[in-house]
Amino acid sequence: MKLEFLGNIYVNHAKEKQMNQFPIREIVFYLFALITLATAVIVVTTKNIVYAAFALMFTLFGVAGLYVFLSADFLAAVQVLIYVGGILVLILFGVMFTRGVLDLKLKSERGQIIPGIIASLVILILLFTVIGKTPWNPLTEAQIQQIQSAKDMDTTEEIGIQLVGRGEVDPDGKVTGGFLLPFEIASVLLLIAIIGAAMICRREVKE
Amino acid sequence: MNLLQIGLHHYLVISAILFTLGMFAVLTRRNAIAMLMGIELILNSCSINFVAFSRFIEDGGIHGQVFAIFVIMLAAAEAAIMLAIIIAIYRRFGAISPDETDSLRG
Repeated sequence: MKLEFLGNIYVNHAKEKQMNQFPIREIVFYLFALITLATAVIVVTTKNIVYAAFALMFTLFGVAGLYVFLSADFLAAVQVLIYVGGILVLILFGVMFTRGVLDLKLKSERGQIIPGIIASLVILILLFTVIGKTPWNPLTEAQIQQIQSAKDMDTTEEIGIQLVGRGEVDPDGKVTGGFLLPFEIASVLLLIAIIGAAMICRREVKE
Repeated sequence: MNLLQIGLHHYLVISAILFTLGMFAVLTRRNAIAMLMGIELILNSCSINFVAFSRFIEDGGIHGQVFAIFVIMLAAAEAAIMLAIIIAIYRRFGAISPDETDSLRG
C-alpha cells in the first residue's frame, strides 16, 4: 500500500485547507485523544474490573488511532492485533479464572487514594513542566511531508529492514538495520515466557 | 502551542496523562489484575512517546516504531507471565490482593 494512503490524506488535507478551513483532521485527532483519555480514566476509576477491561479495549483502540495519525500504520495494526486481540483477552481470562464469571462483585478495593493522587499529580506537573520547558525543536509539517514523500517504502518494509537487515551506515551517518540481535533475543524471550507461564500455572499432578 | 496544528506537544501531553493514570492505577489498586492494566497504560504511553519523537524529531527515521514493537512484544510476554503468577497466587491464597499474599514477610 506504500505510503500513498497517508500521503493522500495529507494532500487532500492540504487541498481542503486551501478550499475551506474546516479542520476535519484535527477534529478526528481530538476525538481519538478524547476516547483514549476518557476510557483510561474509566480503567483507573471503575470498581468493576470487567468494565475496566472493556474500557481498556477502547483505550488501546484510541492509541492505535493515534499511531495512524503519527503515520505508523503497521504499528497501529500490530497494536490492534496484539493488544486488543491478545493481551486484553488474556486479561479477561485472568479475571474469569480468579473470580466467578457471574460474580458481579468483582470489586477491586482501593487504598492509599490520597497519597496516590498526590504522587500522580506531582509526576503530572513534573512531566508537563518538562514538556513545556524543553526546546524540542520538532520538524515542521512541511518537512515531514517532504521526507515521507521522498521515501519509496512503506513502514512495514522499513521496519522489516530495520529488524532483520544488516547494520549499515549511510554516507550521511544514518544507521539502517542492526536490530537483528534484539529481534532474536525477543523470540527467545517469548519462548521462555510461554514455557514459564505454562510451568507456573499448571496444576500439581497427584501421585 | 497552536491548538489546531497537531504537533509534538499534543502527543506528549496525551502520553503524560496516560502515564499518570497508569501510575495512579498501580499505586491505588488492590487488585493485581487492575495493577496490570495500569502497567499496560504506562507501556502504551511510552510507545506513543517513542513514535511521536521518531516522527517529529528524528529525521524521517523509523527507530521509534521499532522500539514500540519491542515494547509491545515485552508487554505481551509480561502479561502472560503476570497472569500465570496471578492464577497461581489465586490457587494458593484464594485472593489476588497484594496485601494478602504476605507469606514472605519477615
